[in-house]
Order: sequence, then structure tokens, then C-alpha cells
Amino acid sequence: MLTSQQIFRKQMAGESLHPDGTDTLQRHVVTVLVENTLGALNRVANLFSQRGFELESVSVGEAKDQTLRRMTLVTTGNDRMIGQVLRQLNSLIDTIEVEDVTHFDHIERELCLVQVRCPASERQVLISVVDIFRATVVNITPDSLTFEVTGPPAKINAFIGMMRGYDVLEVARSGRVAMRRELAFEH
Amino acid sequence: MNTQSTFLERTTDSRHLKTPTSGALQKEARETGGGLLTGAEIFIRSLEAEGVEIVFGYPGGAVIGIYDTMHRLNPTFKHVLVRHEQGGTHAAEGYAKSTGKVGTVLVTSGPGATNCVTGIADAYMDSIPMVVFTGQVPTKLIGNDAFQECDTIGVTRSITKHSFLVRDVRELASTIKKAYYIAGTGRPGPVVVDLPKDVLMASAPFHYPTSVAIRGYSFAQKGNMQQIRLAAEMIKESQKPLFYVGGGTITSGAAEILTRIARRINVPVTTTLHGLGSFPENDPLSVGMLGMHGTWFANKAVQNTDLLIAVGARFDDRVTGKIEAWAPHAKIIHMDIDPACISKNVPANCPILGDVKLVLEQLEPLLEPKDTTAWLAQIDVWKVECPMDFKRDGKLRPQEIIRALRDKTGGHATVVTDVGQNQMWGAQFFTYIHPRTHITSGGLGTMGFSLPAAMGVAFGQKGGGLPVISINGDGGVLMNIQELGVAAAHKLPLKVVILNNSYLGMVRQWQELFHEERYSHTDLSSTNPNFVQLAEAFGCVGLRCERPEDIQSTIDAAWEVTDRPVVMEFKVIMEEKVFPMVPSGASTDDMITASAEDIN
Ligand SMILES: Cc1ncc(C[n+]2csc(CCOP(=O)(O)OP(=O)(O)O)c2C)c(N)n1
Ligand SMILES: [Mg+2]
Repeated sequence: MLTSQQIFRKQMAGESLHPDGTDTLQRHVVTVLVENTLGALNRVANLFSQRGFELESVSVGEAKDQTLRRMTLVTTGNDRMIGQVLRQLNSLIDTIEVEDVTHFDHIERELCLVQVRCPASERQVLISVVDIFRATVVNITPDSLTFEVTGPPAKINAFIGMMRGYDVLEVARSGRVAMRRELAFEH
Repeated sequence: MNTQSTFLERTTDSRHLKTPTSGALQKEARETGGGLLTGAEIFIRSLEAEGVEIVFGYPGGAVIGIYDTMHRLNPTFKHVLVRHEQGGTHAAEGYAKSTGKVGTVLVTSGPGATNCVTGIADAYMDSIPMVVFTGQVPTKLIGNDAFQECDTIGVTRSITKHSFLVRDVRELASTIKKAYYIAGTGRPGPVVVDLPKDVLMASAPFHYPTSVAIRGYSFAQKGNMQQIRLAAEMIKESQKPLFYVGGGTITSGAAEILTRIARRINVPVTTTLHGLGSFPENDPLSVGMLGMHGTWFANKAVQNTDLLIAVGARFDDRVTGKIEAWAPHAKIIHMDIDPACISKNVPANCPILGDVKLVLEQLEPLLEPKDTTAWLAQIDVWKVECPMDFKRDGKLRPQEIIRALRDKTGGHATVVTDVGQNQMWGAQFFTYIHPRTHITSGGLGTMGFSLPAAMGVAFGQKGGGLPVISINGDGGVLMNIQELGVAAAHKLPLKVVILNNSYLGMVRQWQELFHEERYSHTDLSSTNPNFVQLAEAFGCVGLRCERPEDIQSTIDAAWEVTDRPVVMEFKVIMEEKVFPMVPSGASTDDMITASAEDIN
């Protein structure tokens, strides 16, 4: 999305509005290193509501440095909006490092738990399906199975999609964690 | 203070010291930094070490220990007991804006803290450096809905630059150091420090750090040289350049260099409301204020310029109006210290991130004098076409009063305006010459700002300095009128002007222009007090003026008073409107001006 003034100016100059595609909405994965305090997490989350930014998923955990935490945020916007998100995140006192990893080579993983109703008679069939996703059975009752699966978000989506064919009782996704890939062994 | 009794009190209060010693020894320990101090003592010593001159505060249960310690230690800073915590925050803002130093507020938990919310939000919007210390219930009670508990950090999260809850007395001094550092550096702003009562009572060794390192905090300094060269090139090539100067210029101390540059390269200057004073308005290159109630000629210049050089300004919607149609021919250079501000509302062709003073210093040697004769001549035509003027028909009009105040002082005064029509007339009809002499609530638009803020300015001057004029409406002035008593007690010679139009004038103006004259709930005549009596009840001098021919004598009489505030009530006509005006959301080209017959 362009600013209304940009649109106006481009129209006045007879230019096309977005030859470079910078106005298209895109999902971005942003990693943030923050101080390991509740206040810090609060401020990061609060920023999204305060400034009216989208926030699709958040995951938080300890980072290598025990005094820090790494947050992975997924947000949607065009280049200009994402630029604002990054600048505003950076301007928080508690953030040490803010990085939009979307356009870098990076690894994204998500963990998902799915509980499915499953009578004993159908267990083997179902397990052979989830095997394809390398999902593991983490709980079992006479009439249900709970699977754990990890992988890139696309795989998780596919897995959940596949499970829709059964009687799904509960789904819990962790939200993504992401990290830039080190390319030490590639030329 | 009686030192003998101080020591006696001290001993009774030393239960929590590990090794009780005599008062004298403790005093020595404090001074040598060797012994243990209570949190309350650390608080006082930290403020002293920080060089705090004045604290605006109001006591209560959660901070009673600090007040007690203040009484005993007789600190080097002055404490002013305000009459409402909101007044305290605005006083701190006024102090900060006029001195450039960080303002300090101290209040109790719960209602003390919530009463500060408006002032904190105001300081946040206008980037004013301020540290607000709030009392808090003891740490073990936090979250229990204890008496006078409020999640102050939570409530103020989105209106502070940063905030701290101090959970350990050993971190108190370093937290205070950080708070002042964060508030006063970069793009300044308010910082809240929440102080649980048990932390103030616990003890620790006192050491006030001389420097701070906050790993997540940095701010821009010099600008990128490549960008600055590009800017110089753009300035060189432009035919009709215009400086668009905001409050950031004054904050960074860049008014002087900006003025020098503009004069050397012959580029006209328009300022925002907060930029008033950054360039002398009596200079022929000045085109005055731009925006919703800016001058006709400033807005004409903006609509025709081919290069807008924005210095510490943020393209606020009150400046741009309908943004699509604003400055349609202009390329934009945008210098600002806040990366989040650049290209936020209007895309810049040449963004320069940095402290604007340093950036201008880098830019100056690259600039050559320009020939802008034709452009300046065009602006002069606009200036004649629609000057800032008002009708003289024997009725008492606010503009004439502001002009008289300007003539009385020659523009050498600090003018603190409230919000509404009075704010706009104060901006339009005074002539601002010096930086930090125009103070107003621009971002939040807080009615009730002027009186306490003017008080803060006067405290900052410590007796000397320019006259301090507080300009108010009859609505806003009542929102913090209680501070008159404080100003009187401290013998501050404030000149308090009330432009009494018996209406919430600015709202009335919108009702007249955009709501078919349905004056819904804006008539104040039945609830207005007798302002002269009110002033006198607070120990001030009260004066009333009802006719234009009495303006001068009223002002002269007010200037005779030097030992207390004077309140001048001017019974102005209610019909007067603020013009020019760009209606909210309209294009700057659709500016409404007062019709010619209205003026002459
Ligand atoms: C605390 C607060 N409440 C409401 C408003 C909305 N408001 C803006 S201007 C105005 C009228 C101000 O009236 P007055 O103080 O008499 O000044 P005048 O416009 O008449 O000069 C109002 C109600 C505000 N800015 N601040
Ligand atoms: Mg009024």
C-alpha cells in the first residue's frame, strides 16, 4: 500500500502505482532479541496493538544469553508497514536486535499437537498416515490419539489439513520460531 | 533545619540498618558513601547527584517515607507542593521545555499515579523529557488489589518512552540514572519509575553511577554524509525551496544554526506550532506558522514550493490536512532523530537520520548562497494579499490583546498557551523571536496545560529571565486553576491572561462552520466564575478589561505587579473565529480566510 500522497503524486505524474510490487501485503517473520523481563515482552506485544499492526503469531523462549529472550513474530504488511514495525520495535529500549528474516535464507519451525478421536480398531490406519509426516504419538486413550509433529509451517498446515478427514478434538500450535541459516559450507 | 532533631529522628528510624551507629557516624557514612542508606535516602541522594533542581510533587502513603527523608535531609533540590498531580506534570513539562532540562515529578501510588496520566501522555506526544516517580504498594502486595494499588506501569505503557518497576533497593540508584538518561537523550520523552514502598524502606550501599550503558538503547547522532550531499545538491537545484521547521529543531538546540543557514542561502522558513521561536518571526524570511491555522502565505508557500526541507518536524495531520493534496510539487528532505518518524506520513526523497543540529552542521559548509529573489517576491505578494489582521470596530477582540502583549514585551517573553482558539491566536498574533519562548500542548491538545506549565517555566527561571505570559480560554483555565495558589505562594509574577468568550470557543467555531450553528453544550456563561474574585481568592491580583481602549492600561497595570501572579480577564466577543483555517481533512488549497469586510 502506498501512502495516499504517493498515490496522488504518482497519478499526477502518470506513473504506474507499484511497478516494483512493494505495495503488496506479505507475511513477514521478524525475530527480536529482548531483555529477559516480563515488562519487555509486554512492551513488544503492546506495540502491535498501540500502533495498529497485525500480529499473527508470537513465540518466546530463552536465547543463548540467559539474560535475553528470543521472540519470533509473524506479521503481515507491505514494505512500508513492515519498515514501520521494524523501526518502532527497534526504538523500544528493551530490544537488543530486531531482524526481518523473511528475505534471508532462514529456518522456520513450528510444533503442533493434534488430538484425534480414534477407536482402537482404526489406530493402525491412522498411525500409518501420520507416519508420513514423521508425527509421533504422544498420548493414547481407548478412543483417542494425540500426535506431535514439527516442521516448517507448510508441513504443519498440510498435517492439520490431513487430520481434518478425521474427528479432530483439539489442535495446539506453538507459533513459529525462526533463525537465520549460517551458510558455512556453501562455497 | 534543626540538625539536632534530625539526628534524633534518624536514630529512631534506623531499625533496618545492619549496624546501628550514631547519627553523626551515619551522616559521615552517607557522605563517604561507605554505609547503608534506605531506599528513600538513596532516592534523594540520586536526585541530588543527577543535578535535579526542582521536583513537583504530592505526597501520600506509598511515598511518605521519601517525604519524611526529604524533611530530614534538606536536599539540594527544591520541592514544590502542587495542588493536583496533573498540575505537577504540566509544571514539569513547562520547566523542561523552557530550560531544556529533564522535569521531575513525585507522586503517590494509585490515584496519585493516575492523576499523572494526562501529563505523561502530553509529554509523550510532544517529546518532553520528564521523569515521573510514582509510589507503589509493597512488592509482596502487588497484584492483590491492595489499597491504592494501580498497575501504573501497565496503564502508562503506551504513553511512556520507557518505564521501570524497581524491585530491589540495590538497583534503585542505577535505575534513576537510566531514567534520566533515557528521558533526556535521543528523541526525549517521559519515563515512569514505579517505587514499591518496601523498596524505599530497605537499605543498600549508595553509589550513583557516573555513566550508563543500556544495551538496547542508542540514538542517532550525525547524519549520513552521502545523504547530506544529496540534500545539498537538491537545495542547489531548487527554485522555490522552503524550510519546514518543527519542535525537534528547538529540542536539539539547532535554532541558531538553522537561522544562520536560512539567512545565508536566502531560503524562507515556515514553522509548525512547536517550531515557533526556532526562527525569528520578525525576519523577512519568516512566513510564520503553517498548517490548519497557519498563515495564508505559509500555506501558499507550502503548496507552491518545489523543495520542502523538513527539520525536526513530523508531518502531523494538523499540518498537512488532506495529505494527498499537500505540497504537491515538492520534493522532500526530511531530517529527524527518530527513524520511526521519517517517511511515516509523507515519503521523503532524501531522508536524513540524525540529530538535526549535527546534521545542519554537516550540511552548512556544502551550501552556497542562492538567488531566490523571484520566489521571495512571490511570497511577499501573498503576504500582502492576506496578512494576519483583525477587525477594529470598537469591540474587544482577542487578537488585539495578543498584539498588545507583544508590543508590551517586544516579543521578549515566554508565552505559554492553553488549547483552543486562545492557543491559535497566541500562536498567530505574538511574534516569536527566541527558541523555547513558545510553549503549548500541541500533540495531545490538553486543556488546562497553560497555567501549571507557565508556573513550571517561572520556577525554572529562578527569579530572572523573560516575563512569563500564560494565555488561556475561560474553559481550559478552570481545569488546573488550583495551581494559582501555588504560584501565589511562591510569589511568581505570572501574567495570566484569560480570553473570556463565555464559550468553548474552538468547539463553538466548528459548530458554527460545520454543524449548522447547533451550539450543543459549549456555552459556559452560566458556569463561569467571577474570575477577578477567583484570582483574589488565591492571593493573586485580578483585573478585568471589557473595552479595546482599556487593553493597554490593563496590561500596564499587570506589569506593575512583580510579587505575585496577575490574572487579567478580557471579556472578548464570542463570535470571533480563528482564521485562516484548513477544515479538518480538507486540502490546504481549500483554506478558509476571514472575508475582507470582516477585517477592515
Ligand atoms: C481536556 C480536554 N477536553 C476537551 C478538549 C476539546 N477541546 C478543544 S478546544 C476546546 C474549547 C476550549 O475552550 P476555552 O478553554 O474556553 O478556549 P477558547 O477556544 O474559547 O479560546 C475543547 C473543549 C480538549 N482539547 N482537552
Ligand atoms: Mg472560551
